[in-house]
Amino acid sequence: MRFHFKTDYDHDIRLFPDWWNFSLYAALLAVMVALPFVISSFYLGEVTNVLIWAIAGLGLMMLTGQTGQVSLGHSAFMAMGCYTCVILMEAGVPFVAAFVLCGIITGVIGALIAIPALKLHGVYLAIATLALAILADDIIVILSPWTGGVNGKFAPDLMIFGYEINRWVNPGAWYYMALVVVLVVTLIYRNILRSPLGRAFAAVRDSEISAQAMGVDIARTKTMAFGISCAITGLGGALMGLFAGAFNNETFNFLLAIQLLMMIVIGGLGFIHGAFLGAIVVAFLPQGLSILTDQMGRGFNIPGLEMGVFGLLLIAFIIFEPHGLYGRWLKLRIWLELFPFARRDLFRRQKSYLKTERLR
Amino acid sequence: MSLLELNNVTLKFGGVTAVNDLTMSVEEGQVYALVGPNGAGKSTVFNMISRFYRPAAGSITFDGHDLLKLKSHEVPQLGIARTFQNIELFDRATVLQNLLVGRHRLRRTTLVEEMFFVGRARAQEREHRLAVEEVIDFLDLQPYRNQMIAGLPYGVRKVVELARALSTKPRLLLLDEPASGLSVEETQDMRWWIDDIRRQMGITVLMVEHDMGLVSKVCDRVLALDGGKKLAEGTPAEVQSHPKVIEAYLGTGAISKTANAKGERV
Ligand SMILES: Nc1ncnc2c1ncn2[C@@H]1O[C@H](COP(=O)(O)OP(=O)(O)OP(=O)(O)O)[C@@H](O)[C@H]1O
Ligand SMILES: [Mg+2]
Repeated sequence: MRFHFKTDYDHDIRLFPDWWNFSLYAALLAVMVALPFVISSFYLGEVTNVLIWAIAGLGLMMLTGQTGQVSLGHSAFMAMGCYTCVILMEAGVPFVAAFVLCGIITGVIGALIAIPALKLHGVYLAIATLALAILADDIIVILSPWTGGVNGKFAPDLMIFGYEINRWVNPGAWYYMALVVVLVVTLIYRNILRSPLGRAFAAVRDSEISAQAMGVDIARTKTMAFGISCAITGLGGALMGLFAGAFNNETFNFLLAIQLLMMIVIGGLGFIHGAFLGAIVVAFLPQGLSILTDQMGRGFNIPGLEMGVFGLLLIAFIIFEPHGLYGRWLKLRIWLELFPFARRDLFRRQKSYLKTERLR
Repeated sequence: MSLLELNNVTLKFGGVTAVNDLTMSVEEGQVYALVGPNGAGKSTVFNMISRFYRPAAGSITFDGHDLLKLKSHEVPQLGIARTFQNIELFDRATVLQNLLVGRHRLRRTTLVEEMFFVGRARAQEREHRLAVEEVIDFLDLQPYRNQMIAGLPYGVRKVVELARALSTKPRLLLLDEPASGLSVEETQDMRWWIDDIRRQMGITVLMVEHDMGLVSKVCDRVLALDGGKKLAEGTPAEVQSHPKVIEAYLGTGAISKTANAKGERV
């Protein structure tokens, strides 16, 4: 077991609590950087896919995990990010600028949509955002002159400072690009968490009443959360569309939003790690299932198997491990650190105090 | 002019008049108690000051500001902090994070500074931490600093809530039953803390408390409420010996008020 001997407040402000922790992440980064030299371009594509899902997931995590607001409409913002980015590029904006701008634009529009939507709570908010996701399809068709409607759009060539990034020609470059976006988004996420805004998010999530009594403007905080969340998810959507190469009104349908929400719950709500673990599950589940069904023999094919398994996984996690895969891992780690002293009911959930009649 | 003034304040919930034409004023530097049987309307008074409820009639001013013009999140900006009767902490955060939320009103960073942790962000975090550590030292919360609220015992949560309110650097502190559910020792601590909050920090305290022992030790002035109406006001001794108060508590006379008591206190 490691102990932190803290000697100044910066210990708690830093991104990494100690050298050991820093080395772990440095090693992980080194592995990630070395990956294109180690694995085949097929698997590199799969890992890129994981990274893209993780970006979109981090966006939703900010809203649902950190601020406690459910959204089933994030596919709409993925679409918005993607279309905005490509339309800007077609208008002659260089890719890097278009990419950053599409995040900002999606964030601002998301925040504007949030202002009326966030008056709703819990399941009503979920339904309203789901409606948004379903509407997005129609809106894309209505805006055909710009969006290409049902015929869709092809992703233009990506140029970063004169260097072409093409999935088929140099998959390594595409992967690095996704990796850089992941790193920047994760850094911003961490920075928000260690700032007043991140704490205001947690305050809104855990008790709106006392957040207000501490001077947190609930409406403003939720709007900010929605905006930042949509911006990040928009970036994820842009990458997803560009990576796929072509997209239309059906690419970002509402199932994607549901999948995104399931993903962060399975990964672990409220943890950055959760978005990544969830992304790994989402990206590799179809592969795993197809290997499995192949072994069952040819012709063995169940429609909707993937979504079904995913749903079952979700139910299992909600019942048995509400903290998701990351929660499981934390417990495993504590168990290993304490070995052989861990007791059976070490992790038994505490009965929480009843929070009825809050104001009385 | 008093620090906090309520003038002819009335609030109804449907048919129930929770607060009925109440006038009271708290002077700067006082420790002022609201007492009364269950359902008397004490918490409702707090919730009106916090602007969770809007009175149907009357006015509430703090240091000359009309509180009724403000939204609830603007009230702390004037320097009013509070605790809740049924502890309202941020359960999925640590004690430290809870106290740092108390510093929310004192932040100066912009969104961009926070996103990239540049500019004032780092210095501000240190500053907030320093201020919060003072509160932690004052209330002896050191052992719990990095613990999640969800796992803390009741007595500690109560203190954390007080700490969070103090972290906002208030001028007026509203404490809703600070000693309810506490052991004898914890109540003793609470007593000294309230004394120090007034003497050392110069914070005015308005509290609701059922424990008359505690009230008579720490409070300068007491107001007794029943059925939303003021029964008596004065020093603790005066109020305790006031015939109407005795009647309200002991239920002498025709109506037995004890039948109303909901046994809400743990
Ligand atoms: N949100 C509400 N809706 C309806 N009625 C309410 C509400 N809040 C309080 N009341 C009623 O107003 C009256 C005063 O309640 P209040 O909570 O202020 O009492 P209290 O003096 O704080 O009592 P206690 O000692 O039990 O905390 C009670 O009759 C209560 O039932
Ligand atoms: Mg009360």
